[in-house]
Amino acid sequence: MDNLYRDFILEHYRSPHNQGVLDLHDLQFADSNPTCGDEMSITLRLDDAKQRVADVAFTGRGCAISQASASILTDELRGLTLAELEAIDPKEVVENLGVPIGPARLKCALLVYKVLQGAVMGAEARWPDEAEVLAGANEGGSAP
Amino acid sequence: MALEQAARSGVVPGATLRADFPIFDRPHRSGRPLAFLDSAASSPKPRAVIDALADTYAHHYANVHRGIYELSEDATARFEGARRDLARFIGAPSEREVVFVRNATEAINLVAYSWGRANLRAGDRILSTEMEHHANLVPWQQLAAATGATIEYVRITDDGRLDLDDLRARLPGARLLAVTQVSNALGTINPVAEIAALAREAGAVTLLDAAQSVPHMPVDMAALGVDFAALSGHKMLGPSGIGALWGRRELLDAMPPFLTGGSMITRVTLEGAEWNEVPWRFEAGTPAIAEAVGLGAAVAYLESIGMDAVRAHERSLFEAAWAALTATPGIRLLGPSEPGEHAGVISFVVEGVHPHDVATILDTEAVAVRAGHHCAQPVMLRYDLPATTRASFSVFSDLDDIDRLTDAIAVVRRIFGTA
Repeated sequence: MDNLYRDFILEHYRSPHNQGVLDLHDLQFADSNPTCGDEMSITLRLDDAKQRVADVAFTGRGCAISQASASILTDELRGLTLAELEAIDPKEVVENLGVPIGPARLKCALLVYKVLQGAVMGAEARWPDEAEVLAGANEGGSAP
Repeated sequence: MALEQAARSGVVPGATLRADFPIFDRPHRSGRPLAFLDSAASSPKPRAVIDALADTYAHHYANVHRGIYELSEDATARFEGARRDLARFIGAPSEREVVFVRNATEAINLVAYSWGRANLRAGDRILSTEMEHHANLVPWQQLAAATGATIEYVRITDDGRLDLDDLRARLPGARLLAVTQVSNALGTINPVAEIAALAREAGAVTLLDAAQSVPHMPVDMAALGVDFAALSGHKMLGPSGIGALWGRRELLDAMPPFLTGGSMITRVTLEGAEWNEVPWRFEAGTPAIAEAVGLGAAVAYLESIGMDAVRAHERSLFEAAWAALTATPGIRLLGPSEPGEHAGVISFVVEGVHPHDVATILDTEAVAVRAGHHCAQPVMLRYDLPATTRASFSVFSDLDDIDRLTDAIAVVRRIFGTA
């Protein structure tokens, strides 16, 4: 946990990529993490064929982990189909942070994933199963 | 034992007392001694409480109020003895007014279900406050929804006090006032005797959430003039799974049961049942026997220090911490600055850093604090904050803990580049 706040994370927190709201968008959703009061919303615009993500933006207020995770994940979304968005593995979202995430901060890392799934489904998504995400994910995990 | 030294000197030697709490022997992964500043969430347990639990299970355990044999009589005497000790500790006129429950949340639910549903009708008005823990909000919202009663909230001021003018304006016609003695999210100590007198004048029954006060200051329910009070054992150095409801005897006597089943009855036929006397009417099923005895041991531990000494100790720590945090740039403090109105609970924000990030970095420095909404989301909303960081004190806290806190905050500001 000592290196949770690596420069990489702090840079994304201070200067997040893909921040804002797309005026023209096909998908949008807002969600929150009630345990810490973090809020996040996302807008996605699809290409002309309405097949793939053309652009994405997010806004939110929250901790360094939730903001960095959103910055990093949204960088990966352009060009993906809706089916590919839906198939994103929450474990990879956590691993992409490159720092050990323990159970206490897992929801911070996954808030952007939950908001994105909400946008794809048009309804609030469930939190991923924490034990599954943590299983063997990193040394911060406590799952068997 | 460190405690005996404390009793002799009349002051609480926080760090010395720490020797009574085995949890501090556990090594922190940082290799540093733990600065535990989260007793408001749940307190560490002194050896005396842990021993009482083990001793009960090892040497005095059987079911209570049932067995016609020596061991059961022994267990019953210890269980009822703990009730007597707790009654004395909180200024209850009779131990028959003390009902053992799991925690303050269950105590409040007991009143909301039993007293509330028997006494409130559509159109009746419940008064709570913006300052309450969810445990003193949600049961009343549910009661209002079930009965058609309405619910209003007394406002809090910018500096975290209850707005007593607003209370006076809203009290006339209210049937119930549910208010906390100490805010777990702000640290505010409310003037309960004055508030209860106003409520009585208006004909409202007062329920006091005493979960954050009873562990930290002398509390005398009869003198305060409230009608019900809720507390949790785990916040007062006692075991988890045990707490208490105190209620005036005439109110408890008139209340129907909350949970029903074994031991809360006198006679059961296939057609119906008759209820036991209070407090046992409200203790259905086998209670948390060893935990009640452990709570009695926690009461004995606190009494041997003296609650005036505990309060004086935590007040001096509050003053030191408030001064240190005020002198730290980039810190916003919540709640009243007047030490007489503020318990040993300090809620703060490090500007530009989310409280969860603050707590995570503090944890790497072996400083344990709470970060979040503290089960008081309306308080966060009131001050337009997603969350705060909270440091809270207990008998074993000392000035070194405050140094550790401010040093760790300096690390936070360095990492986030706000220093």
